Amino acid sequence: MSVVGLYVPGAGPLYRVAAGPKLLALLVLGMVLIAAANLWAALATLFLALVLYPVADLGARRAWGVLRALWPFLLAIGVFQALFVGEWTEGVRLCAQLAGLVLLANAITLSTRVGEMLDLFERMARPLRHVGVRPDRVALVLALTIRSIPMVATAWSAARDGYRARGLRGRPYLLVVPVIVHLLRMAEATGEALVARGIDEDTSAASAGRP
Amino acid sequence: MLRIEGVSHSYDDRAVLRGVTLDLAEHRIGVIGANGSGKSTLARTLNGLVLPDEGRVSLGEWDTRRHARHIRRSVGFVFSDAANQIIMPTVAEDVEIGLRSLRLGRAETARRVDEILVRHGLDGHRDHPGHLLSGGQKQLLALASILVTEPDVLVCDEPTTLLDLRNTRMVHRTLDGLQQQVVLFTHDLDLLADFDRVLVMDEGRVVFDGVPADAIAFYTKLMDDGPTPGRTS
Repeated sequence: MSVVGLYVPGAGPLYRVAAGPKLLALLVLGMVLIAAANLWAALATLFLALVLYPVADLGARRAWGVLRALWPFLLAIGVFQALFVGEWTEGVRLCAQLAGLVLLANAITLSTRVGEMLDLFERMARPLRHVGVRPDRVALVLALTIRSIPMVATAWSAARDGYRARGLRGRPYLLVVPVIVHLLRMAEATGEALVARGIDEDTSAASAGRP
Repeated sequence: MLRIEGVSHSYDDRAVLRGVTLDLAEHRIGVIGANGSGKSTLARTLNGLVLPDEGRVSLGEWDTRRHARHIRRSVGFVFSDAANQIIMPTVAEDVEIGLRSLRLGRAETARRVDEILVRHGLDGHRDHPGHLLSGGQKQLLALASILVTEPDVLVCDEPTTLLDLRNTRMVHRTLDGLQQQVVLFTHDLDLLADFDRVLVMDEGRVVFDGVPADAIAFYTKLMDDGPTPGRTS
């Protein structure tokens, strides 16, 4: 599994559905849940989302991982509703609705290749051509945004190792400059690789930068 | 054939290439030289990543200044740090993205991706995150991502610098088996033993041009004679 929570290889039923219908179904379900504002509908969605993980070959542990990351927010929402609004059922509904929709969105991300998702976004961005936006660039920016997550982690890890190796303690702000420098270098190298691979086809002005 | 004619280039007031003229016709060409000798800049001029201040670099009728798109499709480039060359989250997607601009259609794209992954032993990793591969596998992925576009020439800028001996040999074997012309810029002299031609660079000039054994002997003596004053990196 990717450290950025992206595609996980599998063969369950969710893998056989194209990205567009999956996202559309999630959008419609979200709108219906918000419009209906019904406790039982929200609980049913959460139940279905939890059942979907093992059925879709994603594993129940991944669902648990999502809930573990979400629980502080769910707790805060539930407590706020109970204490300040006085409607504990409303708190339960909101928490179930939020958890259910996040679980479903995560299931879509896990079962859809990034390339397929980018194709979809590229198609969705096509109407923007009329106002000068290049759909392929929109898809590329999304891909690079996803790619940059492990890059930031690498830069942080390298800077922290250097910080510790020099025996520094208690001054974490010293990591900021090396992390930024590292990220700028990575960004420059990635930009150069994009041009070298012909992915950035706007090649009228080549880099005159240092190797 | 790659042709370099009177190429000079500077960064600010530091000259890194000084009137280099070469015809690169052989199947395997190695380029060696100390840090700061101008190797990386020369490598980058070959596919238009760097446009020289003076002179011209061309492949057949195409010029890096005027036909950048054609040049980049014909001259593949592999960097020393493969991690920066990986763009997409998974191995197969990273190989595939280089084919998008060729507009080959889904079936042909999938066929090429499958073929190149199998050929380079990466088919078992196709859905794995590229940045989690080992150093050698990352470099193989970088090579596969370039080779899938079927360039005529492959320029490698120190592709084994960050690799251990086993992975260096793996990359060496891969380069050995290629049909494409290979121009290899390296500090690893062992890689060049069976090359057709080796160039030695020093202070922005080609100071030796010959068979590997003679070039390596010349370079070794050059290094033994001591560092050139003013080298900065």
